[in-house]
Amino acid sequence: MRPEELRERQARSAEPPESLAELIEREFALIGKRLRKVDGAGKVTGSTPYTDDIAFPAMLHGRILRSPHPHARILSIDTSAAEALAGVHAVITGRDMPEPYCIIPWTRDETPLCVDRVRFIGDGVAAVAALDEETAIRALDAIRVEYELLEPVLEPEAALRPDAPQIHDAGKPGRNGNITKHVRLEFGDVDAALASSDVVIEGDYFFEGSTHAPIEPHCAIGWCDALGRLTVWSSTQVPHYVQREIARVLDLDVATVRVVQPAVGGAFGGKSEPFDLEFCVALLSMRTGRPVKILYTREEVFYSHRGRHPMKMAYRLGATKEGRIRGVDGRILIDGGAYASFGLVTTYYSGQLLTAPYAFETYRFDSTRVYTNKPPCGPKRGHGSVQPRFAFEVQLDKLSERLGIDPIELRRRNFIGDRTRTINELRVTSNGFLACLDAVESASDWCRKWRRMPFGQGVGVAGSCYISGTNYPIYPNEMPQAAVQIMVERSGRVMVLSGASEIGQGSDSAVAYIAAEELGVPLDYVRVRSADTDLVPVDLGAYSSRETFMVGNACVRAAKELNLRIREAVAAEWDVPAQRIRLAGGWALDTGDGARRIPVSEAFNIAEARSGPLSAIGSYNTPKDVHGEYRGATIGASPAYSFTAHVAEVEVEPETGVVGVRRIWIAHDCGRALNPMLVEGQMEGSAYMGFGEALMEEQIFKNGESGRAGLHNAPSLLDYRIPTSLDTPELEALIIESVDPEGPYGAKEAGEGPLHPSIPAIANAIFDAVGIRMDALPFSPPRVWKALQHAAGHARWERSRPPGTRPGVAAD
Amino acid sequence: MRNMLTFIVNGDAIEAGVPEHFTLLEALRYEFGLTGSKQGCDKGDCGACTVLLDGEPVLSCITPAAEAAGREVRTVEGLAEPGRLSALQDAFDTCGAAQCGFCTPGILMSATALLERTPVPTREEIRAALSGNLCRCTGYTKIYEAIEKAAAVMSGRDAQALGPAGGRRA
Repeated sequence: MRPEELRERQARSAEPPESLAELIEREFALIGKRLRKVDGAGKVTGSTPYTDDIAFPAMLHGRILRSPHPHARILSIDTSAAEALAGVHAVITGRDMPEPYCIIPWTRDETPLCVDRVRFIGDGVAAVAALDEETAIRALDAIRVEYELLEPVLEPEAALRPDAPQIHDAGKPGRNGNITKHVRLEFGDVDAALASSDVVIEGDYFFEGSTHAPIEPHCAIGWCDALGRLTVWSSTQVPHYVQREIARVLDLDVATVRVVQPAVGGAFGGKSEPFDLEFCVALLSMRTGRPVKILYTREEVFYSHRGRHPMKMAYRLGATKEGRIRGVDGRILIDGGAYASFGLVTTYYSGQLLTAPYAFETYRFDSTRVYTNKPPCGPKRGHGSVQPRFAFEVQLDKLSERLGIDPIELRRRNFIGDRTRTINELRVTSNGFLACLDAVESASDWCRKWRRMPFGQGVGVAGSCYISGTNYPIYPNEMPQAAVQIMVERSGRVMVLSGASEIGQGSDSAVAYIAAEELGVPLDYVRVRSADTDLVPVDLGAYSSRETFMVGNACVRAAKELNLRIREAVAAEWDVPAQRIRLAGGWALDTGDGARRIPVSEAFNIAEARSGPLSAIGSYNTPKDVHGEYRGATIGASPAYSFTAHVAEVEVEPETGVVGVRRIWIAHDCGRALNPMLVEGQMEGSAYMGFGEALMEEQIFKNGESGRAGLHNAPSLLDYRIPTSLDTPELEALIIESVDPEGPYGAKEAGEGPLHPSIPAIANAIFDAVGIRMDALPFSPPRVWKALQHAAGHARWERSRPPGTRPGVAAD
Repeated sequence: MRNMLTFIVNGDAIEAGVPEHFTLLEALRYEFGLTGSKQGCDKGDCGACTVLLDGEPVLSCITPAAEAAGREVRTVEGLAEPGRLSALQDAFDTCGAAQCGFCTPGILMSATALLERTPVPTREEIRAALSGNLCRCTGYTKIYEAIEKAAAVMSGRDAQALGPAGGRRA
């Protein structure tokens, strides 16, 4: 194609000249638009490969043998019969990989396969690689493990007893080895504040554990080449940490280990640390010289878990008679399951993240995470803070009931404000919480519904805040938290190399929108390659809602650097100041001369001729002055916080205890919506997930009377009961944009914050509907029905009506 | 033991020796290289493996491969027209109905069967038709909107009349 032809073709794919005047006036060409996702076409055609869709010639299939006992010593493992089976290529046990690991370097307490002790039903004991899955399953059956059974500890209170069987050895003599972490922090004199409060609300709450249940089961493929270079493809959301830990545990040079994350079919925190299968495929491939794949069964996904911690919470809330919060005192017992996982952080988060969006005059929390012989808990969407948020927002509703103050008004009165510090010294920048409250109040028609609907129907409100990334990486280092490289090619194509883990949330699309915005190219010119440790700069992964904020900022910096270089080159060519040049809509434009423009690829050529090939790396690191100086002050610190308010409307059948949620209004302050369609998707998906936890889902275990102690009660999607389309309420997403000073174009997180208020909003709506308090999850028909029998709910419901609206009482 | 069977998959007649214990999903994924249909649970709970068998949605992970022999199988790979997305796929893409995308192939097949049976379904009919397909990402809202948009496009109504995809801005 001749240059003129190319120019004409590219001009046709650019914005038409008549719309350029309007384009120049706009702050953004693409940001804020409802654009397609860059990986959308592959997903709707089924052509995008997920890990299990990848196969290699001569690939072997692996399986992991799992413990049938909740707590036992391994006396011996005999793998000889399995090894002798035709088609079996390798068998490994815990002794082949005895180096312990954990995502948190201070609590390394698990090995890929158990070495001498199993700690839950489902704990990995041995692994095989065979020609096909059927042979691998037969090989597992042929492995003989001799166990000495130990007494299991299933309840967190039992784990705390001084004479409790020890699940892990105590780090120091005299300590209880069943305690992962204990944190007690106090800000101000809580006891004095409570003693002098006008009202004190006390409540005990129980949050049942829940699991992520991504529809894609975990899968990994290991392939060690003839020179010992290892590649692991894995359905992970943290390729960088997986790369580091595989190298450390298997004693490899990390520079020879490559981790590739193909498309991931849902994660929600459930794939955010190394798992046994990643180590096993790596070692099995090293042993056999062939690629080895392991795909979890659905049952194994439930055992691997790392989901929401069950928490038993006791709160005291002191307030003035006007409803201002004077003191908050929380005691939390956290059931951690068999291993630490992120538990150290969970323990801090259970207290640290409660201190906004309301101002606390004083605050204390005392949180203890203990081990039990159940699948390990970890981070699930809204890590560590969904449980206390449920309890606290119900406490606020009780305060509102006691004082006769509308619960939305009560929340407004306690608003902490923007550009401020919380009682535990977290720096808050932008804060759109009041706008969130206004939005749900108006959209839900709150004023005409609350305390005014007939018995059986009600509305409830709740609020929350969440982090946009953690201020510090998981392993201490001074390097950037995120980096993005952009390469601009002569044709006009823009290649974005991003470390971010695309798990469905749209992180590949976010960097593509940013690059297209800054470089002025049509979105189709942008290619994104992400989460392949051989190709992309380090990013720490998709956890703690950090991708849009941190990777987005890194991408903005790289793109702006290139933008400037290109504009300067064009400006020199045209002999005008660089600030007059804009790259937008497929063009390089002279904003001072409406007629002067060239296709953007020509501008790239001018710049490349002037200063060489166009490439830039941008990075982001967090500001360090955003937290206090006390021990633990950094955990919970984030460069920015998102804010959310929900109103839920419910219908309760008093005869059956069945709660139907009609609709949830979700208002979320995401700073700025880079693509409102994707932000709404995160808000709706979050509210759905909270709804499921509130009403349906239960990660529970048999107690010895109902079946084998410690056995998962229902390790299947149907029995665990995640919501179907028929269960899920109408969800209405209301985006609030507070434009954060630190976020990319002002953006903050949207993936986790909007889950928090669903659960307390539903609990508070149930109170409005039938006058009972649901302080324990889930609000299942038997629990609701029982509460209705006990509470004389109807009388309490009648008392809660404002004067003039009580049934049978005439208005004055 | 392998059985020689003839399958009609997305219009192609395929003769293959398929292990007799294979499910239709295993035949599609392991024998025919059609990995668009997904395995989420392998026991008929999640619907990610949904394909059309003689036009009816079935769970291919619990359908013996032999049962599909000689019958017409349609999978997600058979939906797009050459070089472009079908109206339904396009609506999923423009409405943000696929987040992680793992349930999407199965949902597209259930929705295809629905739209062939009921060209302009109500929201309730859509909910009922998708009740065997679990989505863990979206909360279903954007999926409903995409199916409604596709129905409008396919039945010739002006999709713009439905307004912008998605919820409202405050």
